[in-house]
Amino acid sequence: MNQTKSKIFTPFNIISVPVILVGLVLIVIRFWKGIGAVTNLTQEIPWGLWIGFDVVTGVAFAGGAYVVTFMVYILKMKQYQSIVRVTVLNGFLAYVFYAGALLLDLGRPWNVINPIIGNNFGVNSVLFLVAWHFLLYMIAQLIEFSPAIAEWLGARKIHKVLSGMTVAAVIFGITLSTLHQSGLGALYLMAKEKIHPLWYNEFIPVMFFVSSIFAGLSMVIFEGSITHRVFASQISSKDHHAQNPIVMGLSKICAGTMFAYFFLQVLVFIHEKHWGLLNTPMGYWYLLEMIGFVLLPMALFFYSYRRNNILLIRTAAILTMLGIILNRLNVTVIGFRWDATAHYIPSWMEVVVTLTVIFTEIWIFRWVINRMPVLRSSPEWAKH
Amino acid sequence: MSINRRGFFKVLGVTGAALAIGREVKAAPAGNGEIDFRGILYDSARCKGCHGCEYDCADANGLPVPEPVKDDLIVRSTGETRRTVVNGYNTSKGKVFIKIQCMHCNEPACASACLTQAMHKTKAGPVIWRGEKCMGCRYCMVSCPFDMPKFEYHSANPKIQKCDMCYNRLKTGEAPACATNCPNEALFYGTRRQLIAEARKRIVENPKLYADYLYGEHEAGGTCWMYLSPVNFRELGLKNIQKASYPALTKGFLYSVPSIFVLLPAFLLGIHQATKKENQTIEEDES
Repeated sequence: MNQTKSKIFTPFNIISVPVILVGLVLIVIRFWKGIGAVTNLTQEIPWGLWIGFDVVTGVAFAGGAYVVTFMVYILKMKQYQSIVRVTVLNGFLAYVFYAGALLLDLGRPWNVINPIIGNNFGVNSVLFLVAWHFLLYMIAQLIEFSPAIAEWLGARKIHKVLSGMTVAAVIFGITLSTLHQSGLGALYLMAKEKIHPLWYNEFIPVMFFVSSIFAGLSMVIFEGSITHRVFASQISSKDHHAQNPIVMGLSKICAGTMFAYFFLQVLVFIHEKHWGLLNTPMGYWYLLEMIGFVLLPMALFFYSYRRNNILLIRTAAILTMLGIILNRLNVTVIGFRWDATAHYIPSWMEVVVTLTVIFTEIWIFRWVINRMPVLRSSPEWAKH
Repeated sequence: MSINRRGFFKVLGVTGAALAIGREVKAAPAGNGEIDFRGILYDSARCKGCHGCEYDCADANGLPVPEPVKDDLIVRSTGETRRTVVNGYNTSKGKVFIKIQCMHCNEPACASACLTQAMHKTKAGPVIWRGEKCMGCRYCMVSCPFDMPKFEYHSANPKIQKCDMCYNRLKTGEAPACATNCPNEALFYGTRRQLIAEARKRIVENPKLYADYLYGEHEAGGTCWMYLSPVNFRELGLKNIQKASYPALTKGFLYSVPSIFVLLPAFLLGIHQATKKENQTIEEDES
């Protein structure tokens, strides 16, 4: 365990520490002087990078947890067992930090407890549903991950109880994920005239849900390619050899769901008769997203799966992730009030705060990986 | 596949919870069509653009005194320090003024968006903002088709600013400040039915003066503020928005929530049971 602590001046540390320090100062300014002191948000565009990227895009990337737990605990695809814990940990931390980022964006964060304690329950609100689901899903993920904490602490009795709750937490978690992944899209249903017609349609919730499947799995592929290098010493040779078949399997699922997603997009496009919009700047932007970052990575996933090419799969995963960022930002920021006279471009401070959130999350991730049996195998007593 | 006792109770519990949630969701959208809200009819043909209502509004709501308007034709918008503005437009029938402020929709998008019901449609008609509930998430601003809620971005304790139709005055039986003092009687305060009747009367009595359209009668499912104008409302910068209510856009999604909450866990539990027998070795398996 100790060899991981030996180096302090790694490239990641050198970059992340100053960014986090600046970010913390900015956060103080934000609470002292108001949101307008650090962001470029306007009265017409009240949600920017912090919501569109941190929350909406981040949660899509965290979708891997519900997909992988579904495969392993519900479908019993045992070959994916070795990536469950790291994926759940990733998902859990993502939610904790993105919910945290949400607090920064709330003008009156001291009232954040109101929808929980019933002051009041805004049951007609999609955001009410999403807020509750975030909270419950974080608890479900914590339960799913808790056996690893118990193993770290050597709490045998508690470990048994917690392990027994896993399947219930998984079923609950998948249901919650289905609803809030789509719910994040449903948030924008009332912004009918504000979102560019190429991105607004009544199927946004379905699109968001389907795309969260391959967004999450691409993140799993991407994260796996990094953790297997950075934390190589912790991974048993058995798990290390199992990684490539896992990536192959995931790429197949990605390709399949991306095909379904692309098909849906084409259906909606034809149904809404948007042909005239294609030959506009926003139309080219839309085509770039659909062809360059959906169709192309989908084809790459198919091709590299057939050719057994891991490197190409990773490329496809990165392209897919870029496509998801593009899509979510197109709905929430770029296409939102695309016709406004004053466009919103995030300030450098918003970007730094976003990076602070991401880097802090990675620090915590590394801290946990170095202590708990996430990539390492569980202690003997925990294996029955 | 036989379902065991434990599984049965689990499904039962989930179903019960979902039914409870489902009932709440369905019970909430009250029949707003039946209530005769109070509102204001604004008549562009009468308004001379004196901007007096802006001063009355600021005075009644403790907002800074508005700066004098140098050029009527520069379009201003409401903001965190002004809840209403009067803009002038050069139209096909000469210079015409229009007052803008919160429309007080019958079924407000902002109130249905609000997860704490801080935005609230009162029985009297005004849509009000309640600071002790508001989280400052600004989802009301995202949802409002008229872009009316404004946020104090430069405050550590920010408020949402928008017209509340002088709700406190309404409670004591007074009319909204702007409607009380208009020297040209361009603002007519009453119940929605009275407003619609009055508007129709004016159009019928003076068909040459008015465009035959009452903006707000059906926009966004009907609003408490309505506009009469000598020209097409688009010439006055009013948005051409859908006639149906905005909260209805999320109804389909919200109604699907209870059914997913019932069906999906049961379905997942079913697959889990079905796949269990062959693979007893999965360690986290619960039984």
